[in-house]
Amino acid sequence: MSAALDTVAGLSKSLAAKRLSSVEITTALLERIEHSQPVLNAFVTVDRAGALAQAKAADAARARGAAGALTGVPIAHKDVLMTAGLRTTCGSKMLENFIAPYDAFVVDGLKRAGTVLVGKTNMDEFAMGSSNETSFFGPVKNPWNAAYVPGGSSGGSAAAIAARLVPASTGTDTGGSIRQPAALTGICGLKPTYGVCSRFGLIAFASSLDTPGPFARTAEDCALMLNAMAGHDVRDATSLARDREDYTRDLGKPLAGLRIGLPREYFGEGIDPDVASAVDAAVGEFRKLGATTVAIELPAVKLSVPVYYVIAPAEASSNLSRFDGVRYGHRAEAYDDLLDMYKKSRAQGFGAEVKRRILVGTYVLSHGYYDAYYLKAQQVRRLIADDFQRAFAQCDLIMGATTPGAAFEFGAKSDDPVQMYLNDIFTIAGNLTGAPAISIPCGFTKGGLPIGLQVQANYFREAQLLNAAHQYQQVTGWHACAPGQWP
Amino acid sequence: MTLSLEDVERIAHLARIEISAAEAVAVHAKLDAIFAMINELASIDTTGIVPMSHAQDMTMPLREDRVTDADRHVEFQKLAPAVEDGLYLVPRVVE
Repeated sequence: MSAALDTVAGLSKSLAAKRLSSVEITTALLERIEHSQPVLNAFVTVDRAGALAQAKAADAARARGAAGALTGVPIAHKDVLMTAGLRTTCGSKMLENFIAPYDAFVVDGLKRAGTVLVGKTNMDEFAMGSSNETSFFGPVKNPWNAAYVPGGSSGGSAAAIAARLVPASTGTDTGGSIRQPAALTGICGLKPTYGVCSRFGLIAFASSLDTPGPFARTAEDCALMLNAMAGHDVRDATSLARDREDYTRDLGKPLAGLRIGLPREYFGEGIDPDVASAVDAAVGEFRKLGATTVAIELPAVKLSVPVYYVIAPAEASSNLSRFDGVRYGHRAEAYDDLLDMYKKSRAQGFGAEVKRRILVGTYVLSHGYYDAYYLKAQQVRRLIADDFQRAFAQCDLIMGATTPGAAFEFGAKSDDPVQMYLNDIFTIAGNLTGAPAISIPCGFTKGGLPIGLQVQANYFREAQLLNAAHQYQQVTGWHACAPGQWP
Repeated sequence: MTLSLEDVERIAHLARIEISAAEAVAVHAKLDAIFAMINELASIDTTGIVPMSHAQDMTMPLREDRVTDADRHVEFQKLAPAVEDGLYLVPRVVE
């Protein structure tokens, strides 16, 4: 039933007009998910019975006249977000059988908005990875070509949108984990300002960087999702107390007079030529829409990757110390004493990349090294943030490629962590500064793989950012392209 | 500054992760490459730069000191590998 494969905004209209019921949409998508699973592996858990019950409830709510924009729209959550009663694995053996006792803040928000949760999406273990190859449940395949990675860490949530398994999903972005897979699968992924969406119930990786956000096919759909995900939450000390915003409020504003900053550092060497020309063409479309461009400099941004690989592992080593085989998670079957139980449980429960990052973090925080690494990285983080503030004095938005290249083949970078980390070179700065950024599709390589355009804005400028992406999508068709195998 | 194999074994112990001699050798090479990349930071002059620990320069919010959570220990302890009489069971640490 192709009407069920519409966007969030489209489904919302069809539901309101009673052309489709949520049960019809959910049934069609569940079938599609089950059919896709052996090929794409986008899901860790599919909740058919729960989804159909929620769809029935959504239809009943609509019949009573109690429906909002998202009532009855099926979505999926990244398996790092806790869902009460439904398994949350974090892509790890450590939490293979973990059933959360409460919902994450963003899960609760989307539930209250009436969405239907079809299941939990596959991801790199504990959100550490850029290719989905580190999941305990096997890699997610890219719907555009199953020999290629979907990106990571929110690879399942991204692949599920690209293959039209759900119209929207959630992800989390610590160094690019929403934007990078969005780019590699040809969809939209928004990382909001840090603090706009509560981290409560998001299983922590790097607390000063972790940011929940939406995936969808259009910027408009991302705005509708963010409306249900944002909000102040006293249970997260870093959640910001701000007035509620309607993130769709700017959609429709003309872009005349918009100033786009083009950083010299984003257009240099090391960028795939197909990616570079797609980004140039996209910037050209924005000029046609009335925007002007200005050359800017972000000299410290080249240090983002080393800064990130100190701060994120340091925070991860602390956060992941809670997995000790005592209160929840995997416990080794045989051990000699308490210390041995900790060591064996953690050695068996965590995969290689997670262990590597815990070791890096433990080292940089260990006695005698804190100042040389962690403190130093936090100082350079400030230099990077200062660069962006200087740049945003000259422009409203910053544009460039989301990633230096399109999707790569499985195994291409999995043996070389540094090469893998460099895939996030353009996305990490957004996490270090905390300012919002979106990746939107802007073309294809000669080999037929999607290319992402990253648009960055200053703090709390999500509405403007989403409108710029929306206006681009009114005059281009990249966001409407579906992979051949998943029409 | 590069990591020695002894460093790898020491941090694995600090991180409470069992690591075999062969694993230590394998992970050592990868950590060495990661630290070579990280050590680029050492050459950056950061004199007088205030460390940025957070995306927003905010102070920790305070709240009234009162119980706000319900007692859900029975439910939470269902997630534990071993529990008895409301206590988490671990190997004996005190004789």
